[in-house]
Amino acid sequence: MSTSANPTAQRAPAHLGRLDAVGYLICLGGIVRRELLRFFNQKERFFSAMVRPLVWLFIFAAGFRNTLGVSIEPPYQTYVLYEVYVVPGLAVMIQLFNGMQSSLSMVYDREVGSMKVLLTSPYPRWLLLLAKLVAGVSVSVVQAYAFLAVAWFWETDIPPLGYFAALPAFLASGLMLGAIGLFLSSLVRQLENFASVMNFVIFPMFFASSALYPLWRIRESSETLYWICQCNPFTHAVQLVRFALYGQFEPVACAVVVGTTLAFFSLAVVAYDPGRGIMARRGGPAGDNA
Amino acid sequence: MSEAPALSVAGVGHRFGARAALADVSLSVERGRFMALLGPNGAGKTTLFSVITRLYNNQEGRVAIFGHALDREPSRALARLGVVFQARTLDTDLTVEQNLAYHASLHGIARRAARERIAALLDRVGLADRRADKVRTLSGGQSRRIEIARSLIHRPSLLLLDEPTVGLDLESRADIVAIVRALVREEGLSVLWATHIFEEISPEDDAVVLHRGRIVARGTAGTIGQGAESLEDAFRRLVAEPGRKAA
Repeated sequence: MSTSANPTAQRAPAHLGRLDAVGYLICLGGIVRRELLRFFNQKERFFSAMVRPLVWLFIFAAGFRNTLGVSIEPPYQTYVLYEVYVVPGLAVMIQLFNGMQSSLSMVYDREVGSMKVLLTSPYPRWLLLLAKLVAGVSVSVVQAYAFLAVAWFWETDIPPLGYFAALPAFLASGLMLGAIGLFLSSLVRQLENFASVMNFVIFPMFFASSALYPLWRIRESSETLYWICQCNPFTHAVQLVRFALYGQFEPVACAVVVGTTLAFFSLAVVAYDPGRGIMARRGGPAGDNA
Repeated sequence: MSEAPALSVAGVGHRFGARAALADVSLSVERGRFMALLGPNGAGKTTLFSVITRLYNNQEGRVAIFGHALDREPSRALARLGVVFQARTLDTDLTVEQNLAYHASLHGIARRAARERIAALLDRVGLADRRADKVRTLSGGQSRRIEIARSLIHRPSLLLLDEPTVGLDLESRADIVAIVRALVREEGLSVLWATHIFEEISPEDDAVVLHRGRIVARGTAGTIGQGAESLEDAFRRLVAEPGRKAA
């Protein structure tokens, strides 16, 4: 049992793995793969993510078809049915839920300790967070397209090329919503507090946006509410995707989405930095103060 | 640089608000040595581990791993370090291999190299036949062995284990101790092992006793235990508090 110092210690084998760009890509791939494995392992999560927008589309939109006519406004060149109008918003809603869901899984990871394992990786922390973000976006884009595939049977009127043109828009909106979720995950200390995130983030973002109704309609009832919707980054994510699905580019929406992504991602990096982080100031993950 | 110890902790302090969790903690794990970090619950062992693993900011003092300062060269320092945390940190829905492959990628190990390394390590911890099983089907002791295999995947030279045998039966505990001792003996790994189970410590091991965030004794386990009936007895006296029976 003796473990006194021995000569082999001086020639311990070199560290396996690499710290360069290739190593980082391997790391990124591993994080994305784990997220996808977890996602496909949780089939109920996939179905619940699909059911929500489909209920909106098949029931809510059908019910309001005649009450909520939508007049001509870009990118539409003609009158469209309400179902057609809501499809982009519902697809981005999937990403909104997904962004918050990955944030929830970050909080969960922190509680069960696998966040610690991630953070002991030798790569810079912002690269690890970026990998987490990319992993979440991959899942959300898969879900958004699965929804569009089902919605296709519902006369959604999207030109075939629009599905391709919208991919960068979905990536951008996924990154933005994921970055917001990432930042929120650093604020939420325990899983139980997450219900309030749902109430105070998801619902206001979704309803105060152009996802369900064009903003001119909101302006008719309240100028203030209209400006609130205009300031809501979710509105711009929806508009970016909506225009892209019809082969058009919306520069303002794009600028807002990119700017919001950068802002929230930077905040998340600061929050997860051990030197300045909110986690460190609060004493780290719950139950770990010993 | 080649003379630098495996782990050097110098004057480390850490505060949570007004409460000092660590104060002026200094220790050094020499290359190829097994050091026991003893302390009752709440002594600051986990906080110290969190500072060394860079989960917490290094507020005061200096930490270096094989001469790489944690604040200046975090990547190089962390690359040499393997950790087994106190809490179970495996993904129970994934298989043993998926868990290990994930960890290999966190260290930038390419797939083929990872596959070979995983096979070798599973062999080492005696669980080669459980490779394709989901982690949730493993016993507590088996999960722990997988976590040790995981912590070794990038060939670290320093291994940190935070009370790795807590909650395990006697046999599993002995297995884990034997695996880590063999790594020190055969591969020259340096180990910092936090515990309050005295059977896991040999008299010739280096040891430090942490109490209320301060180091109250250091030396080999044998010298700390001198003058008392046993190491445990010496430890109880060191951490005894007036009006309260010690841990």
